[in-house]
This record gives sequence, structure tokens and C-alpha cells, in this order.
Amino acid sequence: MHKFLFMKIEIARMLQKKKKQIIDLWMKNQLADSALRDDLMSNDELRAQSEELVDALLKKLTDDNLSNIESADFENVYEILGGISITRARQGFSPRETGLYIYSLKDALLSILQQEFKNDPVQLYEASMRVSKLIDSFGIVTFETFIKGREEIILRQTDEITEISTPVIRVWDGILALPIIGTLDSARTQVVMENLLQEIVNTGSSIAILDISGVPAVDSLVAQHLIKTVSATRLMGAECIISGIRPEIAQTVVHLGIDLSNVVTKATLASALKYAYSILQLEVRKKQNNLVKTN
Amino acid sequence: MEKIPILRMGQFLLVTIQIDLYDRLALNLEADLVQMVSKTGARGVLIDISVVSIVDSFMGRIIGNIANMSKIMDAETVVVGMQPAVAITLIELGLPLTGVHTALDVEKGMELLRKKILVDGEELDETYNTDSTE
Repeated sequence: MHKFLFMKIEIARMLQKKKKQIIDLWMKNQLADSALRDDLMSNDELRAQSEELVDALLKKLTDDNLSNIESADFENVYEILGGISITRARQGFSPRETGLYIYSLKDALLSILQQEFKNDPVQLYEASMRVSKLIDSFGIVTFETFIKGREEIILRQTDEITEISTPVIRVWDGILALPIIGTLDSARTQVVMENLLQEIVNTGSSIAILDISGVPAVDSLVAQHLIKTVSATRLMGAECIISGIRPEIAQTVVHLGIDLSNVVTKATLASALKYAYSILQLEVRKKQNNLVKTN
Repeated sequence: MEKIPILRMGQFLLVTIQIDLYDRLALNLEADLVQMVSKTGARGVLIDISVVSIVDSFMGRIIGNIANMSKIMDAETVVVGMQPAVAITLIELGLPLTGVHTALDVEKGMELLRKKILVDGEELDETYNTDSTE
């Protein structure tokens, strides 16, 4: 047991002593690799990045934490790895290239170990396993950060889409239009409903046109949401018209047995607008003088 | 005991709910309003709930009840100024208040009531005649 402990100390210390050699070997391996992307990152930058990582790793490496990848000592290392992963993703490295970058450190470390424990296969095996495990977990962290970064972008985009995709347009004094584009789900309908009702209060409009010509499909849930929106608008004291129901949607609605008879539906936004004008007792017509001039 | 005032304005009764309704108050309002409709022979009831921010199923039912009771007594009910959150809540509770007329604000509510009474009263015969001749 005592001998075992002693040996562990040996690995960490030995690696710390050979820091310069490790970096040099790692750099040599990287530069020799045909997949090196010197178009994305200069060699000096690459060296600085690699040195920083090896520096942080070896500084914290001890006999205990070598086999404990969850150790808090590696927090700094994980931070650096996260930084590398994100900057590389931004610079346009593929995940594979970033992964290979981390794993190439393993090659360097292992060849150093091989030199050191040339005469002792048992120790060499033991040391190699530990180092290998450690670097593997670093690789996993790198990928996790990479994916996390991607997911953040996707979430942000989803938020943006929900925000920009529900504009309430004031087409006339007292008439609001809300063109819905894309699939409606519960969360989006909620946003649509809230936006529309709030806008009705803000503008004092008495007619709202819900144009669904950009909605690819309607199922019973979506239809339910639409009916809810129409009812809520009515409760506020405004009238809601649904326009732009496509033939396929009309088919589904009837096949699903959804009753839209209490809802005013129009074929196009134009005819909905016309209907709205007639409710507000407005009239749109061609100017008379234009006719006189052309004649 | 708090009470919600019911104001008479010509043929109409005007109720402005300025506080959040609790059950007892709502029940009293219902009773008072029906009494008032019968006493004054009002043709329309306008309920302003623009400052009501909380509503539950009981409240929703009371509003529906008031509308139905007034309807039987030949008075139209208009609820005005419902807030978006209240409207969404009522819909989610499954109370679309189908018997109730609604308007955005008091002014539009009054206009609606006048129109309703005109249609029901003097112009009824006229429209009936034009329809039958067609």
C-alpha cells in the first residue's frame, strides 16, 4: 500500500518536472498532424493556448486527484477547457478537431510516461491508465461545453422566434391584424393571445383579424387554442375574425369535428378587412378626380 | 358592510366595480341589481370591471347569472373593460359568458346598449317587414 502511494506521487511529480518536454512534444505532434488548421489559428497562438492548459493542469496535479476527475482542484483546468472549446467553436473548428486537440495531449503524456517507466511494465500500465482516464474526462468536458454553447444559441433563437413571430399590426383605426406564421403550439398561442389582448386594450380596437394563412397544419389542440383566443377577444369587447383558412386546414377542421360556426371566418385577409370596414361603417373607394383625369 | 353602488342613467343602470369582488359582495350585487332592474324598469345594465384584476369561477358565474336574470326581465347586460388577464382566466375556466355582451370601454358599451334597445324596440317592426318582403 505504501509503495503504491509513493508511486502515485512519482507520476505527478515526474510530469511536473517534465513540463517543458510535454509541451514541446505535444506541439510537435500537433504541428506534424496533417489536420492542423493553421488557417484558423497561428502556431504562436496554439502554443500559448497549449502552454496555458498544461500549466494549469500540472500545477494542480497531485497524487490524490490524478484518479479523482471530479476533484475541485481541476476547476481551473475545466474553466480553461471550456474557454478553449468555446473560442474554437467560434473560430470555426469542427468538434472533431477540438476533440483531437485535447486527445493529442494524451499521446504526449503517454510517450513521456513510456520513456520514464521503460523498464517497469506494471507501473507503466498503471500510470497510463490513470493519465488516460484523466484526459478522457477532459475531452468529455470539452464536448459538454461545446454542446452547452450550441444549446444556448438554440434557446436564444427560439426565444427570438417567439418574440418576432407574433407582431400585432394596426391596419386601421380600430382594426388590428395578427398574421400567424409557423406552427402553433400551446406556448406560442399563449403569447399570441396575450399580445393580442394587450394590444386591444392599448389601442382600443374593436376588431381583431387573426390571419392563419401561414400556419401549415391545424390539429384539435391548435383549433381549441384559436377558439379560446376568439372567445377571450369577445370577452374583452372586441370581435375576432379568422382569415386565411387553407383548404387542407378546412378539411382537417371538419374531419376533426371542430365547431367553428360561432367564429367569423373569411377566406383572405382582404375580405376580412372588408368585413371589418362594413362593421365600422367605413367605405373605401376610388378617388373621383383620378377617374376624371385619366378620362 | 361594503356595497357596490348601482347608478341609474335614464333607461340604463350603471355598475362600476372598483374593488376586487369577494363572494358575499358578488351575491349581494346580484340581488340588488335584479331588484333595481325590476324597480326602475331599466332596459340595459352596464357593468364596468376595468379595475377588477382577479376573477374566479364563482365571479364568472355571477356575471353570467346577472346577464341571464336581466335578460328574463327584458334588460340587456354589457360588461365593459375586461382586462386581458381576466379574459384569459375566464376562458381557461371554461366560462366564455356567451349570454353577455361585451365592449371595450363605458362609451362603447353605452353605444352598444342604445343600439340593442333601438333594435329591440322601435326598429324591430321595420326590420321584420323588410325581411319578410325580400
